[in-house]
Amino acid sequence: MVTSSGEWLRGSGPESDIVISSRIRLARNLAHFPFISRADASDRAEIEKQLRDAIGAAVENPLDYVDVNKLAPIDRQFLAERQLISREHAESEGARSVVIDPSEQISLMINEEDHLRIQVMHSGLDLLTAWEQINALDDRLQQYVTFAFHDKLGFLTACPTNVGTGLRVSVMLHLPALVLTEQIERVFRSLQKINLAVRGLYGEGSQFMGDFYQISNQLTLGRSELDLVKQVGDVVPQIIDYERKAREALVRQSNESLHDRVSRAYGILRTAQTISSEETMHLLSSVRMGVNLGLIHDLEIPTINKLFIHTQPAHLQKLRGTELDTADRNKERARYLREHLDGQGRPEQN
Amino acid sequence: MRCQKCEKPATFHITELAGGKPQELHLCEEHAKEYLRQPDAAEEASPSLAGMLAQQLAVGQTAAELARLDQQACPVCGITFFEFRNQGRLGCPHDYVGFKKELGPLILNIHGESEHRGKRPPGGGGGTDELTKLIRLRREMREAITEENYERASELRDEIRQMEKTTRRAP
Ligand SMILES: [Zn+2]
Ligand SMILES: [Zn+2]
Repeated sequence: MVTSSGEWLRGSGPESDIVISSRIRLARNLAHFPFISRADASDRAEIEKQLRDAIGAAVENPLDYVDVNKLAPIDRQFLAERQLISREHAESEGARSVVIDPSEQISLMINEEDHLRIQVMHSGLDLLTAWEQINALDDRLQQYVTFAFHDKLGFLTACPTNVGTGLRVSVMLHLPALVLTEQIERVFRSLQKINLAVRGLYGEGSQFMGDFYQISNQLTLGRSELDLVKQVGDVVPQIIDYERKAREALVRQSNESLHDRVSRAYGILRTAQTISSEETMHLLSSVRMGVNLGLIHDLEIPTINKLFIHTQPAHLQKLRGTELDTADRNKERARYLREHLDGQGRPEQN
Repeated sequence: MRCQKCEKPATFHITELAGGKPQELHLCEEHAKEYLRQPDAAEEASPSLAGMLAQQLAVGQTAAELARLDQQACPVCGITFFEFRNQGRLGCPHDYVGFKKELGPLILNIHGESEHRGKRPPGGGGGTDELTKLIRLRREMREAITEENYERASELRDEIRQMEKTTRRAP
């Protein structure tokens, strides 16, 4: 799993030049147990056991059961970088686990904020497939467990912001041209009006992920799941369109400076001797756009997607097989980037 | 435009939609990082939820009424309204029924709707009373053990075992 990168990063799927991934999650709680805030150790252990049994019975394919509580901090961080668990799940305490299918499309977090959070993630814009998959899985699970449900309020969750469908639909977009042309705020404002949340993505600690934005539904009650999926799914093509137009405008108006920017970014990534995670994200973002605009020819999107993940702190240390402090990580990151960007196959200088 | 937290120019403009009303934040790079570092702040709406609740309660309740409300505890899981208000997380499914009067307006405020229109469990779901009985029994058993009332604890244990047999669907 360390060297692989998960289905959602393979850089394929519809609109994958701009849409990184489509993710849907469902929040569920067992009806016969208190929510996590009032669950003691024995409740948590029993919740975990019942859910693991149910998942084992509901899913035919082999799954990895990971006891998050017993993992070293670096391994928890690794799962969070991989988006298989939330940062909250990585950092909280007590019996908790995650069940992952080998393709990393499906992950089920047990004892997070809710007893169960089912997540399905696909690369590119592929919300309907993700919804069908998660809906079927939820149906199968309900043959084995009873979820807390209220006739009028729907599925009951620990936080009233998730009640009803418990559904969160998120699409991760790469929008460098809208950022460069300073139009991103306008997009945000129009999304607000239809109750969608927009967030910049960030890496471990304080590091920004260059120009990546996540759009998700904010409301979970009063609309059907499919309506919520469609609401996000309908707006994404419009944003893709804005981003494409902004890229075209950049090429038209300032092709030279754009090409310069992209080439410099590529140059630094191929030659740096030490580089922070933050700078890496920033430069990879420019390079990614450069590849999509045909300004860089000898690099493919899946490679860049992989580099985004593999240069994050926990991945880097796992790949190297040892714990590294910040300074050594910055050197190792630069080495890793040189090795993977400077004409693959060529023997490494240094 | 200046950063909301210091004198530096605001270079990051973040729109936070948690809690229904969009909130714009204008921050310098340093403060933006600090803000975004809060784990999954967008999905975890607890600070703004607590804020909304406080607002909600400020409208109708006097201080004395609020103090009384804060002391109300759920008969199933034991959470007090004060604890919920503080942590922004409920204690059990029954709280949606037990704190209905206070939660109803809050939910309407968050979602702009009050009725579920999505999928339903096989068999249709229904009331939570029967379903949450086990939670109450387990809590009472634990309390009985703490109070060294072992006779009561063993009665409760038998009742729990009986109920578990009927509620748990064997995989
Ligand atoms: Zn500041
Ligand atoms: Zn309760």
